[in-house]
Amino acid sequence: MAALLEVRDLHVSYGAIRALHGVTFHVDEGEVVTLIGANGAGKSTTLRTISALLPVDRGEILYAGEDITGVEASNIVRKRLIHVPEGRRIFSPLTVRENLEMGAFTRSDKDEIEASMENVFRLFPRLRERIAQTGGTLSGGEQQMLAVGRALMAKPRLLLMDEPSMGLAPILVEEIFDIIKEISREGVTILLVEQNAQMALSVADRGYVLETGAIQLEGSAQELGANPQVRAAYLGG
Amino acid sequence: MVEQRPSERVRLSGRGQPQKLLKKPGVLFVGGGLLFFALVQALLQFDVLNNFWRGIIFWGAAITMVALGLNLIYGFCGQFSLGQYGFYAIGSYTAADVTWRWTHSDPSGIVVVLFGSLLVLLFYIGVSRLLGAFFRVNVMTRFTFFVIATIVALAITVRFLVPSLGPVVTGVLEGLPSDVSDRIVFFLALLGGAAFAGIASFLFGIPVLELGSDYFGIATLGFTVIIKVLLDNTDTILPFPEMKGARGMIGIPMWTTWPWVFASLVLVVVVMRNLLHSSTGRAIVSVREDERAAQLVGIDVATSKVLAFVIGSVFAGLAGGIRAHDLAFLHPQNFNFIQSFNPLIIVVFGGLGSMTGTILAGFVWIFLLEGVLRLYLPAGFETWRFVVYPLVLLLMMLLRPEGLMGRYEMPFLRKKLPQLRPGVATVGDTGDTESSSGDVGANGEVVA
Ligand SMILES: Nc1ncnc2c1ncn2[C@@H]1O[C@H](COP(=O)(O)OP(=O)(O)O)[C@@H](O)[C@H]1O
Ligand SMILES: [Mg+2]
Repeated sequence: MAALLEVRDLHVSYGAIRALHGVTFHVDEGEVVTLIGANGAGKSTTLRTISALLPVDRGEILYAGEDITGVEASNIVRKRLIHVPEGRRIFSPLTVRENLEMGAFTRSDKDEIEASMENVFRLFPRLRERIAQTGGTLSGGEQQMLAVGRALMAKPRLLLMDEPSMGLAPILVEEIFDIIKEISREGVTILLVEQNAQMALSVADRGYVLETGAIQLEGSAQELGANPQVRAAYLGG
Repeated sequence: MVEQRPSERVRLSGRGQPQKLLKKPGVLFVGGGLLFFALVQALLQFDVLNNFWRGIIFWGAAITMVALGLNLIYGFCGQFSLGQYGFYAIGSYTAADVTWRWTHSDPSGIVVVLFGSLLVLLFYIGVSRLLGAFFRVNVMTRFTFFVIATIVALAITVRFLVPSLGPVVTGVLEGLPSDVSDRIVFFLALLGGAAFAGIASFLFGIPVLELGSDYFGIATLGFTVIIKVLLDNTDTILPFPEMKGARGMIGIPMWTTWPWVFASLVLVVVVMRNLLHSSTGRAIVSVREDERAAQLVGIDVATSKVLAFVIGSVFAGLAGGIRAHDLAFLHPQNFNFIQSFNPLIIVVFGGLGSMTGTILAGFVWIFLLEGVLRLYLPAGFETWRFVVYPLVLLLMMLLRPEGLMGRYEMPFLRKKLPQLRPGVATVGDTGDTESSSGDVGANGEVVA
């Protein structure tokens, strides 16, 4: 079947700084695909460009067979392409409940929002306990859960996740990755950006290695995990 | 998972569930409002309040509307603006010009504000449609299109509609008893002042807000200064000899009465409350909280800012018309740079993001400053405002940065679900909660 997301020859820059020069990859419906790479490789830039937070210099982004290059960020969300950003970006003065409600902002099926919230609480029981607490008072792990939960409230078809394990204790990292698997089982396609290559490859079907703004390697998760270069650079030998 | 067609979402979204969240106006609120209305009306009727205090009450109401507009822009949407007095001025002079002309047997003002505004609106819809057909229209291009649309619409109005419809308007209005026609003209003048303030803020807001400029505050201050300069030269640079430039406009009919003042204020309060509690309002507030996060949940940040700015300015324009027809005299000095701090102080005092606070602070500020102090302090104390204003602001920021009322709202203005108010634990500035979240994070992970 056709790819759900197809990125072709993407060039992006921050003013004079060129961050991406010719990134090409695709994500098929139902897959978990990971983008691994060192700090500064351009992983976050790639995600930000797909969700239209950054403008494209050159190249194309196709989503569900449609060219979405240049479509406004708010309309990208309406197409159920949802971005869980690096550093969480929850609304810290709002409560957990309000944050989740904001996640459903673009939805028209208002009657089903409560059901979606129930679903989020099933995945993250800890959020239910903190429902009336403001986002800013949550722990780092809980904030990450809230960020993922908020994204799920938009009923994502494709979920972009930027380093969900960043700064979390090992036990919480395991928990987050279990939930990524669970979300994928529910039929959501996932593009996962990680520095933690080991964990990322353990949940992914396929992966790409991004270095200084361009794709260097691609393959199935197993192939990449066995690749000597990847092992040396990202898996600690 | 895939059953929902994307096109459907686009059309239906944006309709929130505002009704469910709004409290019905309580007996206390409606009763209290009516009582207040009747009380003031009676006091005026039986001359208990003289003209001076009548002026103070009307002025307080006008300033409150201006300040509510600013609170929408700054307190709720987070865009610091010093432009409110510019829009207040536009509303004042527009409305005054309409009624002045009418009382001098010239219906052109009515035709311009009524049909001109409608034509501008039609042109805007056309331009939006046109631009919507293209991807990635650059902000300055959009701006240019809207400016051209405005100029063309107003030119058509002045050139063709005024000569053709003017006599018709005069004919219709003169067929009515004069007190009825005067009221209709006043109503249209107020609408026109609000509409023109809205048009000006829309044109100003597109480039300045959508570019995401940090200099929005400075730009709005510049706007106020430019408006003041234009007002000083209405009879030389601009073709409005009746406004008499820096000498001040006289002969504006004194048509503002307590029912007009009260109705306008209620209108502003109700519109603002309903807006804030709709999904559009949630979008506006979340832009203040975190623009990037707002974008990520699908909020159109630029549009939300422009919308808040335009509606806030429309409130100021309406207030201008009310004030102008109470004073009967307009002077550019009423709208100078120092005056433009009035609504800012009121909003900071009442609390950013509190309508209740703004309403209280608006009346109290005028009552104290223009009423009590003016009566009991020696003449010439006004010059000290330059000193008093910054001091008052500074003290307020230091002692009670969240304003007198914080984010308290009276029940009528409140939601059933506490959506706008931060939880008890985080009242105060967000900087604080952000820095503390690290520690909590450590704790949370230990627990985990
Ligand atoms: N806001 C920014 N302004 C300027 N340069 C940036 C900005 N964000 C990222 N960059 C640069 O772009 C490159 C890619 O960054 P990023 O996409 O954040 O990398 P990654 O997420 O892989 O760590 C880096 O060289 C980084 O310094
Ligand atoms: Mg990154």
